Amino acid sequence: MTSQNKGWKELPIAGVCWIPSTEYKTGDWRTFKPVVDTEKCTLCLLCHLYCPDGAIKWNSQARAIEFDYDHCKGCGICAEECPVEAIEMVRE
Amino acid sequence: MAISEQKMLALNGDEAVAYAVKQSDVDVVAAYPITPQTIIVEKFSEYVHDGEVDTEFVCVESEHSALTACLTAAATGARTFTASASAGLALMHEILYVTSGCRAPVIMAVTNRALSAPINIHCDHADSMVERDAGWIQIYAENSQEAYDSTIQAFRIAEQPDILLPAMVMLDAFFLTHTLENVKVLADETVHKFVGTRKIPLVKSHEHKMVPFRLDPENPATMGPLDLYDYYFEHKRQQEEAMGRAPKIVKQVHDEYAEISGRRYGNGLIESYHMEDAKMATICLGSTAGTTKTVVDQLRANGKKAGLLRLRTYRPFPKQDIANALENVEAIAVMDRSHSFGAYGGPIFHEIRHVLYDSQQHHPVVNYIYGLGGRDMPQHLIHQIYKDLQEIVRTKRAEKPVQFIGLRE
Repeated sequence: MTSQNKGWKELPIAGVCWIPSTEYKTGDWRTFKPVVDTEKCTLCLLCHLYCPDGAIKWNSQARAIEFDYDHCKGCGICAEECPVEAIEMVRE
Repeated sequence: MAISEQKMLALNGDEAVAYAVKQSDVDVVAAYPITPQTIIVEKFSEYVHDGEVDTEFVCVESEHSALTACLTAAATGARTFTASASAGLALMHEILYVTSGCRAPVIMAVTNRALSAPINIHCDHADSMVERDAGWIQIYAENSQEAYDSTIQAFRIAEQPDILLPAMVMLDAFFLTHTLENVKVLADETVHKFVGTRKIPLVKSHEHKMVPFRLDPENPATMGPLDLYDYYFEHKRQQEEAMGRAPKIVKQVHDEYAEISGRRYGNGLIESYHMEDAKMATICLGSTAGTTKTVVDQLRANGKKAGLLRLRTYRPFPKQDIANALENVEAIAVMDRSHSFGAYGGPIFHEIRHVLYDSQQHHPVVNYIYGLGGRDMPQHLIHQIYKDLQEIVRTKRAEKPVQFIGLRE
């Protein structure tokens, strides 16, 4: 709202930003972070399907799931849905 | 340019719209059926099935999804179309604003139908009037021919790089949608040439690069991002700027289309019927204008100086054209086919009076709410309005500024 901000004649229309949404690091919204117990994890990948932010990836080389902490908001859906309770939400 | 060769087809209003969409080289159509719009979608799905178009036809689970599908396809640069009415349009309400806010030039046919409750499938304008603030261009057709012509024109208007606003073409439920009419249609290639392919403007990004205004993997962008008190207001101002440019473009596209079709609807924004020396004028939009023209002819045959001003666009509201057309009129009746409960008269009445206030014209302006839920508006009721106007011209006083007509007491 400061006078340094561009006026309506100069701004690109519709608020479009030529930055992909992956550039917005939403990980810092998090209070609890998910941690997987690889011993318990059966690699069913339900957590990957349920994650609303696409922040759980399958690492085929490590044969394990991986959290993208830059984007995970710590909602805890993965921990809730894990059928073998292999994901724990740990306070940051 | 010479007027191109045209075929005469027997089409109802819905079929006329579907035919126009078929010829307009549309990439994506997503729609959900609702009476009285259903025939548009049914007919178009036949074109898809029969391979007459290569449009991607998306069957969706609701109107909310239909418009979302069109909006997102349009964001990638596609030409898109949908159609709805009444409750369906109301369910789109949220996405109407998202579409105009994202500057996605989606085209929609609205087959004006009353809103529930009580449930009613027939014509009034409540459904589109309530969306007048949503940032869409609104064109109201008087007959099926105009619905056909306006649909084709709408693509050109909305996609204009300095407009980029979505547009609705309105046609009255049943009076137009389900009534067979002789409709002259242009050849496919004539329409193709007229609408062309959608041009994507280059815009300056925050890094001062010129990039196409669309979702593009080569230039990743975020559309519809969070936009708070520091920028939102500026983006709304841009929408008003585009709407301000719209009257000129509507007229220009209307003129270009007239050259190939031979058909004109006033100046594209308003149509003045015997207004040159009119002492009393009615103002309306949609199919009622057809009946009113017949009444004006009868009055003129009896030497009465009656005229009709038909609004073709309601958004943008053609304020200057209206003020000019009403300059020498002594009494005005505005006919509203919808009502704003608790307000002082219907929505068109509000804005007409407002325009006249600015132009220092203080002739009596009265309002008639008519035809809700498809109630007929026959010639004798329109004669009644002109009779009232004659009395107002004589006495220079309007006893009842707002009244209902065609209603049982």
